[in-house]
Amino acid sequence: MKRHLVSAADLTRDDALLILDTAEELAQLSGRAVKKLPTLRGRTVVNLFFEDSTRTKTSFEVAEKRLSADVINFSAKGSSVSKGESLKDTALTLQAMGADAVVIRHHASGAPARLAQSDWLHGSVINAGDGTHEHPTQALLDAFTMRRHLNAGAGKDLAGRRITIVGDILHSRVARSNVHLLTTLGAQVTFVAPPTLVPIGIENWPCEVSYDLESVLPKTDALMMLRVQRERMNAAFFPTEREYSRRYGLDGARLAQLPEHAIVMHPGPMVRGMEITAEVADSPRCTVVEQVANGVSVRMAVLYLLLGGAVFADGATEPARPEARTDSSEAAL
Amino acid sequence: MVSYLIRNAQILDGAQQDIHIADGLIRAIGTGLDVEADIDIDAHGLIVLPGLVDLHTHLREPGREDAETVLTGTQAAAKGGFTAVHAMANTFPVADTAGVVEQVWRLGQESGYCDVQPVGAVTVGLEGKKLAELGAMHDSAAGVRVFSDDGKCVDDAVIMRRALEYVKAFDGVVAQHAQEPRLTEGAQMNEGQVSGELGLGGWPAVAEEAIIARDVLLAAHVGSRLHVCHVSTAGSVEIIRWAKQKGWNVTAEVTPHHLLLTDELVRSYDPVYKVNPPLRTEADVLALRKALADGTIDAVATDHAPHPAEDKDCEWAVAAMGMVGLETALSVVQQTMVDTGLLKWEGVADRMSHRPARIGRLSGHGRPVSVGEPANLVLFDPAYRGTVNPDSFATRSRNTPYRGLDLPGRVHATFLRGVATVLAGELVERGGLA
Ligand SMILES: [Zn+2]
Repeated sequence: MKRHLVSAADLTRDDALLILDTAEELAQLSGRAVKKLPTLRGRTVVNLFFEDSTRTKTSFEVAEKRLSADVINFSAKGSSVSKGESLKDTALTLQAMGADAVVIRHHASGAPARLAQSDWLHGSVINAGDGTHEHPTQALLDAFTMRRHLNAGAGKDLAGRRITIVGDILHSRVARSNVHLLTTLGAQVTFVAPPTLVPIGIENWPCEVSYDLESVLPKTDALMMLRVQRERMNAAFFPTEREYSRRYGLDGARLAQLPEHAIVMHPGPMVRGMEITAEVADSPRCTVVEQVANGVSVRMAVLYLLLGGAVFADGATEPARPEARTDSSEAAL
Repeated sequence: MVSYLIRNAQILDGAQQDIHIADGLIRAIGTGLDVEADIDIDAHGLIVLPGLVDLHTHLREPGREDAETVLTGTQAAAKGGFTAVHAMANTFPVADTAGVVEQVWRLGQESGYCDVQPVGAVTVGLEGKKLAELGAMHDSAAGVRVFSDDGKCVDDAVIMRRALEYVKAFDGVVAQHAQEPRLTEGAQMNEGQVSGELGLGGWPAVAEEAIIARDVLLAAHVGSRLHVCHVSTAGSVEIIRWAKQKGWNVTAEVTPHHLLLTDELVRSYDPVYKVNPPLRTEADVLALRKALADGTIDAVATDHAPHPAEDKDCEWAVAAMGMVGLETALSVVQQTMVDTGLLKWEGVADRMSHRPARIGRLSGHGRPVSVGEPANLVLFDPAYRGTVNPDSFATRSRNTPYRGLDLPGRVHATFLRGVATVLAGELVERGGLA
């Protein structure tokens, strides 16, 4: 694996499976009385959030603490981010504090990439969502959830599974990360959205595009509903909320058109009504709550693999496999 | 006044000749000239071009002297082979009055490195609402002929029409920065494959093309001169080609970076590639080269846009837009147009000196290299190969996309009205000019 996790496209199939398998092992920890591992003891992980996201931040924080890392929460929201130097200055400060990893959430696409490529900071950079670009750990937890339901077991991938992602693809970092990761894992991805919410150039992405949700449902193993912001309506991306939910919303009738085994996913937070009805959101086929739990395991795995005991000289060295992981991983964990 | 004898220089694509410069003029051209001169230059292997003229330079003074001053900007221009530059109006205060344009013009005169011809704003404060005092700027000592709100588009069709009509009174030209504002809200890079993947707000080609199409129709309707700044798309080229075929008075420019770089570079998220208009696709680059070669695009203009390090040393979204370009322009044109066989050196002289001078109505610049003409000249070494090192730039800013890149060619000497501003690639001290 690389030193940073900026984009899901950076992950090879082996990397992705290693993370999922590791997450599976780590998930067993949450069932124990003592939920902590000493792996990252003495390591400092900074959560650098330029944008509010209680869910993602909490998920990372729990993951970091379960690995015994020293956690610093650095909320840059409200600071003068319009000033160009803020990211650099913040990074230099974190460098001075000896951050071994920085988990960054930023409203601007490319901010984590810039941080990873700069010489402002020597630690690992983990992208916790940048603008409308990517959110790789979200994609990992989605893939983890899908694998559990559709092809459970260590070393298994998602070959041949058909995943449909519905909604605001244009502005969705979740969709961008998922299309990379899911295709790397062998799945077939279909996006469904009104044409105004589909990025230009999507014909060259490794996915299908449909404007017709009904026709895709029977061929779907996992259906992921994206959040649609009401503001998009005012920017003329679609005419009215009612028309949107008629054409692209998920209700009980549409749920019934899915194959029996299919699951319904949502990156949250769900706004019940427009993109998903309450009936569907509360159905047992909806994995939203599971996704949250899986998020912790996957983020632990990412931190564990990027940081676990390995010393990074200058990025040239491959991080060593954490010494805690042995064949009898159950005991080691 | 110092006199020079340049020996064995190749004049454009012609033969090797000696050139005698004295009292600001080209006194003699011939083989084996037997004249006394203060300074002898062995120009074997060097090409002589007329002094380059830039239609589009940002000198930043007044207001952003931390990025550039008229002095450092004209020094950079001299090092790039330019003898005249048009200074864009988006300064602080905006060059929208006779007072500001005169100030910029005088600073240029004082620098002594390059003539500075100020561009006047079309509208007050570049706000697009009210015409600036275009006539007063023309009547000032600066004698403004080119008007532009560059950095912003004059998007109101009525204001644009009036500006085009009004400047006819003094043979002015409106230079439009074509960018439909609503279609480019939040734009960060070219809209296309790469922007879709990177999740960066897109700047569609049609936002440029729609304005150019409207403006050529307006210019034709009122019978005025229109100049299109920094054309960046293949579609824009087609519209300009069509307008020229109609016989309308439309001219256009392209920047060196749009002749070389593509939006694929934005994948690095390195703000050095953030520029307005944005870097486009390979197909656009090839169309622009072809259009410059066939004359559809009249001129190369640098859009030299200096920014201090802190405005670029940050994340993409907040970085300033623009690149410095004066000192690398001729090298990029050599690489993209000459070394590819698209233009000969005569063509380069036409697109970088004759035509821009004509568009800006500059007398004394863009003249042929012949006896009796003002000695505004460049000696250029096309065989030189080297790596671009911005630390050696004269411009105050370092925001070049070419750092560490190998570019061909090097300006050996520049003469402004018979006085060397650059010799052996180095600036000549101003004290030595007299
Ligand atoms: Zn411009």
